[in-house]
Amino acid sequence: MPTKIEKDAVSGRDTTGHEWDGIKELNTPLPRWWLYTFYATIVFALVWVVLYPALPIRGATGLTGWTARGAIVGEMAERANQQAPMLDALRAATPQQILADANLRGFALAGGRMAFANNCAGCHGAGGQGAPGGFPSLADDDWVWGGKLEEIRHTIRHGIRNTEDEAARATMMPRFLADGLLKPAQVNDVAEHVLSLSGRAADQAAAARGAAVFAENCASCHGEAGRGNREMGAPDLGDQVWLYGGDKAAVVHSIAYSRAGVMPSWNTRLDPAVVNMLTVYVHALGGGEAE
Amino acid sequence: MFRRLSHALVEKNLILMGVLTLITVSIGGLVQIIPLFAVETTIERVDGIRPYTPLELMGRDIYVREGCYTCHSQMIRPFRDELERYGHYSLAAESLYDHPFQWGSKRTGPDLARVGGRYSDDWHAAHLRSPREVVPESVMPPYAFLDRRLDYRDIADHLRGQRAVGVPYTDAMIANARADLEAQARPDEDPSGFQGRYARARQGAFDGNGRDITEMDAVVAYLQMLGTLVTFSDVTPDRVRQQ
Repeated sequence: MPTKIEKDAVSGRDTTGHEWDGIKELNTPLPRWWLYTFYATIVFALVWVVLYPALPIRGATGLTGWTARGAIVGEMAERANQQAPMLDALRAATPQQILADANLRGFALAGGRMAFANNCAGCHGAGGQGAPGGFPSLADDDWVWGGKLEEIRHTIRHGIRNTEDEAARATMMPRFLADGLLKPAQVNDVAEHVLSLSGRAADQAAAARGAAVFAENCASCHGEAGRGNREMGAPDLGDQVWLYGGDKAAVVHSIAYSRAGVMPSWNTRLDPAVVNMLTVYVHALGGGEAE
Repeated sequence: MFRRLSHALVEKNLILMGVLTLITVSIGGLVQIIPLFAVETTIERVDGIRPYTPLELMGRDIYVREGCYTCHSQMIRPFRDELERYGHYSLAAESLYDHPFQWGSKRTGPDLARVGGRYSDDWHAAHLRSPREVVPESVMPPYAFLDRRLDYRDIADHLRGQRAVGVPYTDAMIANARADLEAQARPDEDPSGFQGRYARARQGAFDGNGRDITEMDAVVAYLQMLGTLVTFSDVTPDRVRQQ
């Protein structure tokens, strides 16, 4: 390989001296701007290493003392300070007081909307419309555990049938068929009776037989007329709102194997002010009841 | 002149070029390797971190198998918007027994680092079977096939494998792996055994069925423990400081 460096006639540059089959290579240096930018990045990196946490040494934080975790603590504290007057007032107030104060109410509805979208919408839907399979609508006036402000707040704080909060709403419906409390024929009869409560029984004779079974097994929670009992979380069986579907197969399944919807408790996850905001927001979704 | 000389010199002198190459590659290598000697100093000293229960470990394997990490991250970064939406930022200690970790790099769906306990078991099962049934605006594919039986015959070997890479599974955990897995998914079995070995592990009929053990049981059990091990109300800023 000949290594004769010569000047290229066209570009005026030197060649590298390499030549293959008469093809020569120009020795073109990197553009100056590129080279100096490259050197500048090296200098920048050295300055960075001195100022910011970069070295894997115990306790090395850099001259500025900045850390991502320190910065976020400051940022969250700043936000908390900005909202502190409102949040303190929301923490101290009862939901009724929040409703009565236009200022607090506006803040609570706006904040509640955000908290609902983040924490509640997964199960209850973005607009509180609920979802099939036991996720109740919060936008109607049909309440399982009560639609007054305090009742809503209790449900949010402690949840339903979860294992993490002792104050959770906890009543359970028995599994009438699975645990041998009723015979299959009785389950069929009482299902027909339940359907008759909303005027939909297909077999009147079975519904009549089921009335006695209902009075003995179901009425203590769902009421004599099946209109439900919020103390027990027993839904109204006489309306057209069904948590798990209202056709006969779904009703039979509910009686035979029970249903036990679970809601987490939120008082360990959410600030009391946020719980109060959610209470007011859910109350305002459409079905909130007066005291 | 200097540039031309050095250029020619390096290209012509094999030993010199070899030495210079070695130096350059060594710098690159050392920059990546040396920090690993200090990796333990980045793990916070918080209470509550424990290895996965056998059922959760199987669920985690299915999570990896189904590629959940391609759409869901498990890493809450220390930014205000993330803290307000997901909760406390993720700690290195919370990924201590993840091999490999599931931090992810893309969020088509939400971050799952603290999804545990936010929804009911029923919701998770319904959502995995048919996401749009419960969240109409979701773009997640359905995973109804997870209702098939879970194959956990080799669960003890799974635990042994994890132990080989540093997860502190005890001999008792490995010996009882199968029983612990079954007890966690069957609410009518005595939970005291596995709950003694795995602190704060919850027993449940995760897929709604308390007898058959399905892949759904495993995935829901795994999702329901994510981010729940550390109790942040007990944690001081000093303890989450990376030492």
